[in-house]
Amino acid sequence: MKRTLTILTMLLALAACREPEETLPSTQTGVGSGEAGEITGFFLLNEGNMGSNKCTLDYYDYATGIYVKNIYAERNPGVVQELGDVGNDLQIYGARLYAVVNCSNLVEVMDVATARHIGSVSIPNCRYITFKDQYAYVSSYAGPVEIDPNSRRGYVAKVDTTTLQVVDSCTVGYQPEEMVIVGNKLYVANSGGYRVPDYDHTVSVIDLTSFKEIKTIDVAPNLHRLELDAYGYLWVSSRGDYYDIQPMVFVINTEADFVMEQLDLLACSDMTLCGDSLYVYSNAWNYFTQTSDVNYAIVDVKTRQVLTRHFITDGTDMQFQNPYGIAVNPNTHEIFVTDARDYITPGKVYCYSPEGRLKWSANTGDIPSRIVFTHTPLLR
Amino acid sequence: MILTLLLMLALTPPPDSTEVLIESVVTAFRPPDKIIPAQTLQGERLERLNALSVADAIRYFSGVQIKDYGGIGGLKTINVRSMGTQHVGVFYDGIQLGNAQNGQIDLGKYSLENLESVTLYNGQKGTAVQSAKDYASASAVYLQSRTPVFSGRKRTNLKATLAGGSFGTVNPSVLWEQKLGENVSSSLSAEYLYTTGRYKFTYSKLNGYDTTAVRQNGDVRALRVEQGFFGRIPDGNWRVKLYFYDSERGYPGAFVRQEPGKFRHEDRQWDTDFFTQGSLYKEWGDWHLNASFKYAYDYLHYLSDPRLDVSTMYVDNHYRQQEAYLSLAQSWDIFSWWDVDLAGDWQFNTLDADLVNFVYPSRHTLLTTLSTSFRWTHLKLQGSLLHTFVDDNAREAGAAAERRHEWTPTAVLQLIPFDNKNLTFRAFYKRIFRMPTLNDLYYTFIGNKYLKPEFTTQYNAGLTWDKQWIRGVFRKLNVTLDAYYNRVENKIIATPASNQFQWTMVNLGLVGIRGIDAAVGTSLALGPASADLRATYTFQKAQDFTDPQSPWYGGQIPYIPWHSGSFVAGFDYGRWHLNYSFIYTGERYEAVANIPENHAQPWYTSDLSLSRSFALGSHELKGTLEVNNIFNQQYEVVQCYPMPGTNFRLILSWIL
Repeated sequence: MKRTLTILTMLLALAACREPEETLPSTQTGVGSGEAGEITGFFLLNEGNMGSNKCTLDYYDYATGIYVKNIYAERNPGVVQELGDVGNDLQIYGARLYAVVNCSNLVEVMDVATARHIGSVSIPNCRYITFKDQYAYVSSYAGPVEIDPNSRRGYVAKVDTTTLQVVDSCTVGYQPEEMVIVGNKLYVANSGGYRVPDYDHTVSVIDLTSFKEIKTIDVAPNLHRLELDAYGYLWVSSRGDYYDIQPMVFVINTEADFVMEQLDLLACSDMTLCGDSLYVYSNAWNYFTQTSDVNYAIVDVKTRQVLTRHFITDGTDMQFQNPYGIAVNPNTHEIFVTDARDYITPGKVYCYSPEGRLKWSANTGDIPSRIVFTHTPLLR
Repeated sequence: MILTLLLMLALTPPPDSTEVLIESVVTAFRPPDKIIPAQTLQGERLERLNALSVADAIRYFSGVQIKDYGGIGGLKTINVRSMGTQHVGVFYDGIQLGNAQNGQIDLGKYSLENLESVTLYNGQKGTAVQSAKDYASASAVYLQSRTPVFSGRKRTNLKATLAGGSFGTVNPSVLWEQKLGENVSSSLSAEYLYTTGRYKFTYSKLNGYDTTAVRQNGDVRALRVEQGFFGRIPDGNWRVKLYFYDSERGYPGAFVRQEPGKFRHEDRQWDTDFFTQGSLYKEWGDWHLNASFKYAYDYLHYLSDPRLDVSTMYVDNHYRQQEAYLSLAQSWDIFSWWDVDLAGDWQFNTLDADLVNFVYPSRHTLLTTLSTSFRWTHLKLQGSLLHTFVDDNAREAGAAAERRHEWTPTAVLQLIPFDNKNLTFRAFYKRIFRMPTLNDLYYTFIGNKYLKPEFTTQYNAGLTWDKQWIRGVFRKLNVTLDAYYNRVENKIIATPASNQFQWTMVNLGLVGIRGIDAAVGTSLALGPASADLRATYTFQKAQDFTDPQSPWYGGQIPYIPWHSGSFVAGFDYGRWHLNYSFIYTGERYEAVANIPENHAQPWYTSDLSLSRSFALGSHELKGTLEVNNIFNQQYEVVQCYPMPGTNFRLILSWIL
């Protein structure tokens, strides 16, 4: 009995020491054929589910055709808790890669050539990022709390990219989302997503010199995406209210700041511009029918006509469970669509030829969303 | 680690105590259990487990996983044999604790202070007279509070306890039992709990970061007061209980990347729960009757205020649930070896919440069971058929789900091949469902009124070997082994609608679970000392078969380890008592995609407690010191919810 106990105790003492886990390594999959070009690759941001701290970064390398999953952790083993919780936006500006990590309340700043951590900017409930000159502009839901905590506006933070400090802020509408800068004006789409059913329906216009909101443009409820075409027209998506008000797209004249057109039959979850072609997909939920309606379209921004409702031509879009992101390579015109699947398992990214035929696909992290193309090859 | 467990099982001279109770579980007044075996922790054994709440104690049962969000205030729910929390009925003094809103019971809210036993039944309980609800869940946990017992001529039992320890925990309680007459007694139990919920925890990676932080906003303040009355009548008994619970707690939230020290979760929850329940049992010869009632009112207030935590959205919601319940069960012994039971229950639930577009649902449930059992010396059989009728109503026309009728059967067999009764074989089949909860159906934006019930089918075969000796070192040996296959169909899961903020509920899941539960227990007598040892082991292969097209088809479902187990050793020497408990949870995945990104490390904790009692005339004093997680393992049960490292508790009791 005594011996048994001694052995037991020893075993347990041994068992009690547990090594910490290793930093998760990236995984490589050869998917493309390998081709040289001015665009050397793209970064893909995976949101990760809220509260799971599983925002991850993937990279596709055109030269080798290799898709690398989860590159951030192994390149930054010293950054506590990796990239963070719920990535929302990803952009390249200059030699830097910026990831807006919503539930970690920060913008992660990396070197675009190495994906190594340079610094971070703390901005509560940050959503999207855009740039001009030496400044980054970040939209945030967390504006000043006034008398009624339920009606709390958002703001746009002005960040000096040389010091990574917030130098100014400007209160805008409710729950501001994407931004676009036209000349000296910053446009931000206000959603009001926290105020259901009283959605916001305005685009705020900020004068960048005074950094004050100079006007609001009344558009439609629950605005989200912004895309600026070559003619100075701003394309704005409205998500509708998921009941009676259908999602659609509006066009704003940025000279005079008014809504000049409404495209009723164009629902939009995300859109991206390539030349004069606006690639749009929609995955619109309706509570009445309890179904999602998925659609694709290419719009000619010059004529504002829908050119096609099917930019995927080989039928492989039937595999998508929840299309979640879109990007078009401006040089090759390859189309990339991400599928978030059931959100709780890894997603997929699909690469299509400009004719809409599947070239390759790769497994991503959880909830793949934003893709940015890079001209700088990622160093090992 | 598994090796360790196996070695433990092999080395330990066979231990005691899965305590397969075929006899009475404390219900001293009640007729005996009949067929279905159970795992029970009771009395001293329960008291010595270093367990603060019911959830801590249940971890020592085989076939059970506890989801624990950490700390005293963190939500703790039970999942039996991987079928899901909502398939476990939790009964307090024989009557089910309800939560029509989300169907889950936070076992962390139920203190062990005044509990006499905690029992887990796979399938269902099998007493002679039981309510229809006792048949209506896939597995059930019975919490039995103390029934007053007065020794000799005593008319009053008093016990005052002061416990406290790590995390700034203060936990005083009193128990006052009074004999009011020859056949009537009362019991008052009151308990207060306060904890700051602060504890240090470390996250680190090999050759990577290493960070230590303190859990914030995990404070809890809770008051529980229970008044019970107990009475005997000729050939029967009755009991009535009033229960009041009031608490305030913070949500420490997921620990994710943040700029250190800048953001702090500040959201809070207030609960006020009240219920009154009672039951009457009476025998008229071969006819037995049990009647019960319950009324419950639960209030929950959740507040998230951006004035306190700038990063958050303002949420200020109030939920009020009410439940009324009546049950009448009767049993007729046709012969000594054959009885027929008939039970009917009615339950009414309402939910009121200040949510946008809320439909204010209410639900009538009618349950009827016809059951019969045959008991011969070597063979026992039980069969039951449950009919459930559910009728939902909503304030808005057309918003309620359709009425439902469901018929679900159970069959149980027990074989005792030898006359010495040491060995018992058993088998059961059970099909049962859970209704979609009111949240599943009606929660604004998320609910889906077209949901079907979620069904489980269980097949179980097992054996028990049980022997006792009067002399020698080994006094008791008990071995149980069960193998099972479960299927969960129409599993209700949340699925994204079109973005992270919109989810809806659908009947999509199909899960197949193959498992083995094993337990070995023994009692040893070593001269003036005695020891009590028990080990459990659980193997589960719980696979998701929802979508054959999915690359993750057949993956182990989230948070279910393939291997888990526990070991408890208690040693008595005079007035000293030493207890060691060990819990092991093997590797598992946080999502059905069983890939390295979702891998969760095994965790295992060792707890020690030492107690001594002192006699002071007719009074008794007792002191206990507990050290939990003695090796200070830094672990998570749920991803991003760190668990406490080494912590202490000191308990002083004065007993009159």
